[in-house]
Amino acid sequence: MSAQVVRVCALYPELMNIYADRGNLLMLEQRCRWRGIDFRLSPSTLEAPLRDEHDIYYIGGGQDSDQRLCAADLVARKAPALRAAAARGAIVLGVCGGYQLLGHSYEIGEEHVEGVGLLDVRTVREDGPRLIGNIAITLEEGVLVGFENHAGRTRLGPDQPPLGRVLSGHGNDGHSGFEGARRDNVLGTYIHGPLLPKNAWLCDWLIARALAVEPETLAVLDDALEDAAHASALHAAGR
Amino acid sequence: MSVFSAKAAVARSAAVASRLAGRGATSVPGSVLLQLDQHAIARLAAGLRRGSVVISATNGKTTTAALAGSILARAGITTVDNFAGANMAGGIASALLAARGRAGALSGELGVFEVDEFWLAPVAAELDPRVIVLSNLFRDQLDRYGELETIGERWAGVVAGSSARLVLGADDPLVAYLGVGAQEPLYFGIEDPNVARSTGLAHAADSTQCRRCGGAYRYAHVYVGHLGVYECSNCGLRRPQPGVSAHNVVLEGARSARFELRTPAGSGTVTLALPGLYNVYNALAAAALATALEIPLATIVDGLGAAPAMFGRAELVQIGKRELQILLIKNPAGANEVLRTLALEPGEHDLLGVLNDQIADGRDVSWIWDADFEEFAPRVRHVTCAGTRAPELALRLKYAGVPTTRIALEPNLARALDAAVAAAPEDGKLYALPTYTAMLELREVLGRRGQATNFWDRT
Repeated sequence: MSAQVVRVCALYPELMNIYADRGNLLMLEQRCRWRGIDFRLSPSTLEAPLRDEHDIYYIGGGQDSDQRLCAADLVARKAPALRAAAARGAIVLGVCGGYQLLGHSYEIGEEHVEGVGLLDVRTVREDGPRLIGNIAITLEEGVLVGFENHAGRTRLGPDQPPLGRVLSGHGNDGHSGFEGARRDNVLGTYIHGPLLPKNAWLCDWLIARALAVEPETLAVLDDALEDAAHASALHAAGR
Repeated sequence: MSVFSAKAAVARSAAVASRLAGRGATSVPGSVLLQLDQHAIARLAAGLRRGSVVISATNGKTTTAALAGSILARAGITTVDNFAGANMAGGIASALLAARGRAGALSGELGVFEVDEFWLAPVAAELDPRVIVLSNLFRDQLDRYGELETIGERWAGVVAGSSARLVLGADDPLVAYLGVGAQEPLYFGIEDPNVARSTGLAHAADSTQCRRCGGAYRYAHVYVGHLGVYECSNCGLRRPQPGVSAHNVVLEGARSARFELRTPAGSGTVTLALPGLYNVYNALAAAALATALEIPLATIVDGLGAAPAMFGRAELVQIGKRELQILLIKNPAGANEVLRTLALEPGEHDLLGVLNDQIADGRDVSWIWDADFEEFAPRVRHVTCAGTRAPELALRLKYAGVPTTRIALEPNLARALDAAVAAAPEDGKLYALPTYTAMLELREVLGRRGQATNFWDRT
């Protein structure tokens, strides 16, 4: 059997990293390495061209000014390659600000910023507090836990399914009961914590999907601490 | 009895009630007083013959204030201060209230207050300080404080609205830029490339873009996080030349540090009973504050040398034959410096890591993934993980490369302390790395066992 390889592209890792996004990349890397899967990480930063040659594209959250820079660069330089990658089945995962950038647009104050439109969502500002706190959501495949901290309210288009339903916490807008958005292999969520360390099952799901295999076929790891961390975050979310 | 005296008396009785309830809530009387009189801080501070100074930063506020206190004591200046740690408006009002005698006079001449980053604006408006010391801004408790730029903008508002002399960290671009247009700001910084990070900017460095033009900063040297010697690659904005600086820095493990202090009044050798480059920064901030107050250089050098470690900041506790050193960690930049300082000690280390998620710690514990545990992981002999989010700390260490056979999980702090002490070699040393509320809890546990003093019992 030829060696398995997972190629990950981190978009703007030096700018879009505010909620410890590095933890997501580290989870992918270690869980590949422990299974003997070759892991290759390439950053793609401002002004660099984006290549359609990766299995997973990851984009995290950033401060408003950094996110604005990245949004402009993403739309101007990287959108065609990212759309092509998504269309051929590559995974695109956006967390927090990254999730907003995968939608059609978001707002910073009065300013309207365009995104790449891979998800049929729009993020707007409304009166009211930032949506902050521990969160748990349920998907068909399992439960995701973590922490959310966002001012934007994200609205799903009429045919856009959410990533999951809120068990505890705010979610996309604080009242719809929906969290995140998913279209095939494109996923957006407000859940950090970071996301993958608190939800090892999702990390494995992504690795399996990148390898085009079923998660059950991946080598089993000792996940005692991963399970304890998931339970700890679930407890913090009051579930 | 004046109306204000009556209010002060009510607030004081709240303090007694709070102490009887067994809580170290040093902000209770001040908070009660502020509810009765929203300008109580200004009213009380008017009695400070030498006015007041305030110190704010993400990291090092408490230590800087304590070091300044040590210098001021040597200079014969009596202070009213909040060194016990409560640093929001209530804590500062409490400190002033506690210093107020029956006749209404204060027991100190100069107010020295460390102020929470977020509370600087309202507190400065009340105190009208003579000197404002601003040292650094790192990402910290994003769930409570919001983004770094938000704090930066609030600080810019404080600076614009104040006639205080500014003492600013030259090596933090966001902080240094606050001095543009100000009257004679006094900058402090490190001038010793030998102690610069060999790896350049830390992972997830903050403030990477020029405040003036948005260009990227280029660093000649990085000392701590994003603190260093920088220049904008686009507009050429540079780190200002520090008037108070550290040269020939020698870091002596987890125990102490030495450096040559240069000020406009000359130079002297400082020996600190505190470890790490981050404490050199704290000493520089205190020295620059004292310089701004026109305290002689010799007094500054003596005062810095005489200051002991305090309140879980490199504090040492003897437990039987073993020694426990408490090193507070509360955000990535601070944790990185603690780990870097520990790495100066040879061999493998025994650790007690305590991760809490109370409001004062930040409810969001994501930050541990931004701290560089990787470099330190090969040096961990054994680690016990405790606190309300113990499993998440254990998981972080596993992914940093610590073998799971070296990681023990015991959320209960008292039991974890016993386990960690038992696991450490006899005659050996154990390092406790607690978050803020975990540090208070740990000191309380030690205090109950007669091994450390509860901080609110200090006078």
